[in-house]
This record gives sequence, C-alpha cells and structure tokens, in this order.
Amino acid sequence: MRADLKLIQDWINPNSRVLDLGCGDGSLLLYLKETKNIIGTGLEIDTAKIEKCLANGITVIEQNLDQDLSNFQSNSFDTVLLAQTLQALSKPDVLIDQMLRIGKNCIVTFPNFGHWKSRLHLSSKGRMPVSKFMPYQWYDTPNIHFCTVKDFDMLCQEKGIQVLTRTVVNSQYQSNWSTNLWPNLMGEIAIYHITRN
Amino acid sequence: MSKSYPTGSYPSDSVGLVSPQVFHFDEPLTLRSGKVLAEYELVVETYGELNQDRSNAILICHALSGDHHAAGYHSWDDKKPGWWDSSIGPGKAIDTNLFHVVCLNNLGGCSGSTGPTSINPATGKFYGPDFPIVTVRDWVNSQVRLADRLGIAKWAAIIGGSLGGMQVLRWAISYPERLHHAVAIASAPKLSAQNIAFNEVARQSITGDPNFHQGRYLEHGTYPKRGLMLARMVGHITYLSENAMNSKFGKAFEGLAEEGNNFGRDLRSGKLSFDMAVDFQVESYLHYQGERFSENFDANTYLLMTKALDYFDPSVDYEGDLSKAFERSTCKFMLMSFSTDWRFPPIRSREIVNTLLKAKQQVSYIEIEADQGHDAFLLPIPRYIAAMSAYLNRVHQEIVTDAS
Repeated sequence: MRADLKLIQDWINPNSRVLDLGCGDGSLLLYLKETKNIIGTGLEIDTAKIEKCLANGITVIEQNLDQDLSNFQSNSFDTVLLAQTLQALSKPDVLIDQMLRIGKNCIVTFPNFGHWKSRLHLSSKGRMPVSKFMPYQWYDTPNIHFCTVKDFDMLCQEKGIQVLTRTVVNSQYQSNWSTNLWPNLMGEIAIYHITRN
Repeated sequence: MSKSYPTGSYPSDSVGLVSPQVFHFDEPLTLRSGKVLAEYELVVETYGELNQDRSNAILICHALSGDHHAAGYHSWDDKKPGWWDSSIGPGKAIDTNLFHVVCLNNLGGCSGSTGPTSINPATGKFYGPDFPIVTVRDWVNSQVRLADRLGIAKWAAIIGGSLGGMQVLRWAISYPERLHHAVAIASAPKLSAQNIAFNEVARQSITGDPNFHQGRYLEHGTYPKRGLMLARMVGHITYLSENAMNSKFGKAFEGLAEEGNNFGRDLRSGKLSFDMAVDFQVESYLHYQGERFSENFDANTYLLMTKALDYFDPSVDYEGDLSKAFERSTCKFMLMSFSTDWRFPPIRSREIVNTLLKAKQQVSYIEIEADQGHDAFLLPIPRYIAAMSAYLNRVHQEIVTDAS
C-alpha cells in the first residue's frame, strides 16, 4: 500500500464522496474505491495520467486547479483531497478556501520546506535547495509556493480553519520521535486533515 | 480519408462487408408535437456479436447527416466505408471484438428509415413536407422500441457526437434504467442563438430554391439542388476550424501569379479572374462538398434535422434547470470536446459537465487539442481514440467480464 494512503485512509468514510484534486493516474481513488467503496472524482491535466484513470474506471475531469472550482457545488463532496500539489498552485490559499467550500472535510499534504536539509542547503550553500525529493532548479520548478509546517499552521489560524489532525512524517511517510518533537525541522511531508470552523 | 482498397481486401481492422436490416413497427408513435406516426420502419446495421446475456450492446446515435451505415462496406466496390469507420471495428476504439454495435437511421432520415422520401400510407404519395417534425425525444422513443425488438434491456453504452450526443443525453434523462454509460462527444445542452441562426440560413437556402415546390419537389420530379448545396456549404464552414481551412487552403504560394496576391489562400488557376468566377481553392472545395451532398441527401430531411437540433433542450421540462433533468440518471457519463470546435465548443461540453456535477452524477470529461474543428469527432485523432478505447475497454471489463 502507498504509505500516504495508509495515513489518510482512516479519515475517509466508507461509501463517501471523494474529490481528488490532481489525482494523477487515479491510484489513490482506485484504492479507496476498492477498500471503502467510495464514489470518487479526480481532477487532472496530464493527458497520459487521465488516460490511465479512464482505463482504471476512475471518473476524471480534465480541469486545471489554477482555474476556479466554482463549477463544483458547495458541500457536494464528503472529502476533498490535495496531495503534494499545494506548492505548485498559483493561489494555494484560494484553493484551500474552495476545497473547504466543496468538501465537508479536506486532506492536504505538502513537502515541508522548513525541513533541516532545506534550511542547511540554503544557509550553507546559499542556493535554493535541490534534493532527490525536490529535484528542480529554481527556474524550472513547478513548485512555486513552498511553505513550511509553521506557515501552514499560520494560514489555518488566519483563515479560522480547524485542524482535525496534523501528521508530519519523513520521506518514507513514517513518523518518529524527532518528527513528533520538531515537526517543522524534522518532517519532510506534512499531512493535514482540516475542516471549516 | 477516402482510401479505396482493391476488391476483396479490406484492412484487417474493418468490419468488412455489412448489410442493413429493416425493422417494421406497427405500434403508433406519438411525437412530441402531438402528431402520430401510425407505422414506421427503421433501417439498422449491427457489427460484432451480441453475447449470450445480451450485455455487450452499444448504440451509436448519428448526427445531422449521418445514417445507419457507420462502419464497413456495403459492397466490394464501395470506395468509402461507413461514416465512423475510424472508430468502429475489430481492435478499434469501439471494438467489435468486444461489443455488439448497433446503428440506425433515425426517423425522418433519407437512408431507409421512414422519412420525407417514404410513401405516406394515408395518401399513397411521398410524405415530403407532410412528414411530421421529429425531435431528439421522438428519436430516442423509437430507439427504445428498437432496443426492445432486439432484446437489449440495457445498453453497455450509448455513444454519439454532436446531434448524436444529444440523443445520448436524452436516453440518460428519460430511460436511466436502460444504459450503463453515456458517451457524448462534441455536443451541447442546447443550441446557442448563433447555432440556430446558421440553421435558419440553411433552411432559407433550401426553402427559397425555386425547385423546392413547398417541399413537394419529388412529385415534380426535381429537388432543390442549389438550396441544399448552399445549406451544406454554410454548414460545412461551421464544421471546420479557421486553422483547418488555412492548413487545407492557405499554404501554397506556388500558384501565385505575378500580378496577383493570393492573400495567403490558394489560387485555383494561378491568377485572379477579375470576375465572379471561382478564384480560390476554398471556393471550389465548398462547391464540391455542397454539390456532392445535395445529390445524396434529401432536402426535407435536412430541414427536419435542423429543427430537431433547434428544439433540443431537455431543461424545458424542469423549469429551465437542466441539472434536475439528470437527477434520475444512473449511468456514468463520459464527455469529450475538441479545442477548435466552434460549432459546439468545449465550453458547451463543460456546461453539461457542470450540470451533471450539480446533479451529483459521475462524469468524466476530456478536452482534446485538435485542429479540425467540429469535424474532429469523426476523425482518428490519437488522444481521442486512445481515451475512447481506454474508457470502453474498461466498460467491457466492468459490465461483461466482471459480471460473468
């Protein structure tokens, strides 16, 4: 099982309606369909990935997350997912608002830019961090809005978003004493389960 | 497009030689207009085997000028296969190795189903203009009777492009229990004012032709050739994108005469005529298309088809809220549109998608980059074919393999 699935699956109710923003090849929705009998819809713009969704029987709509999601009705889904895509959006805060409007609860995962390796890379080399996990140069990266765990906590606070659960893990999606103790320093991936207050 | 194959050797992915069947229906059909067709015939073609539990049937709904001959050849001498041969056949997107594919000529058509060119049993003469206006709803009602006759309780999928897509939507609204999947391509929830305007130009061209004789031209031994030609020329322009026309006609500078300028369009003879003769390739192309069409299509049928388009709007029964129309639907939806289609552009398909989302229906949607305009839905565009193929293979797996 995909490690991130393991972490979020308890937050998804059986037979619920799930919207996956940036659903890729639909593997997450497929897994949830098979294990939880969810009714899923994915949004994706990569044509090859869309075709994989169709081949897997995953309902998928070709739609760009940077365009508004006003075509989705309020409260029309139980859970709205955004996995590892937040940092690539032109207006991540607007999308979070949209997610909370469309879904009764939302799950957001993103790479934590506050991880010690990023900090070290920037402070010692004086250059933007490049790693196996974030392999792009500053000029060609699709990741244009990096944030840290602390930044996201602040955003939730400002917007009055209720954080149901916050899990911070390493790149293998495991948590340990260090990620628990210093999440913004030791965590590589942040996983938030949020809802409207 | 129109490849010809030597006698007896069709490509291996063709359904090969096919022959239509005619079904007679005695039970009167009450039309949306209130008029009644006492009896009628539908001409039908099928490709691929119907499986034992009759679960692998796909219905193809044709568009304005289509008919029942969607794939294969009627005789060894045919130069061209059926109108959707690029998508229907063994191993093709609509795979006849997997599915039993059914296509009919709709009521009011001119290819063998009862229509204006049929004899009206009440008068013994051609129906002509007396053939009642048929709507998408009437077609679907007649298709339901055909399904009953064929013993198909539930279609694995119903597929149609353009006006065909509207029939698909009507099935999903009116007969939700009778289809698993609705595939509507390059379609619209209803016509725009511009669409209706183009249709009206087409109608005026036909009815204004001196050979129209109030629609009774067959009794006069003639037909409104020029009017039908004009109608088709206008229609044809709306089927192509500006880019498609440019790439067909806008490139060749070789024919440019010294004294002339071809303005980026192909000159026919190499120089300007300075009279009203045909100067540019696009003009003679349109003439050719219109002429060929006018020789093979009935003018009254053309008029009826444009009315069916104009009248399509399932929201009229639901206080203008189309999402309410889809609330009872139980099928899954697949919609596709093409980037340069300006007859039914992507935004019209997205309207349907958004309406279906509002109705909490399961809908997939893709927008295919294609230069060919509305015509793209008939062409073997790689992404289009691949997506349809992936979707339908999955349908087969779900409905046929998993169920048995």
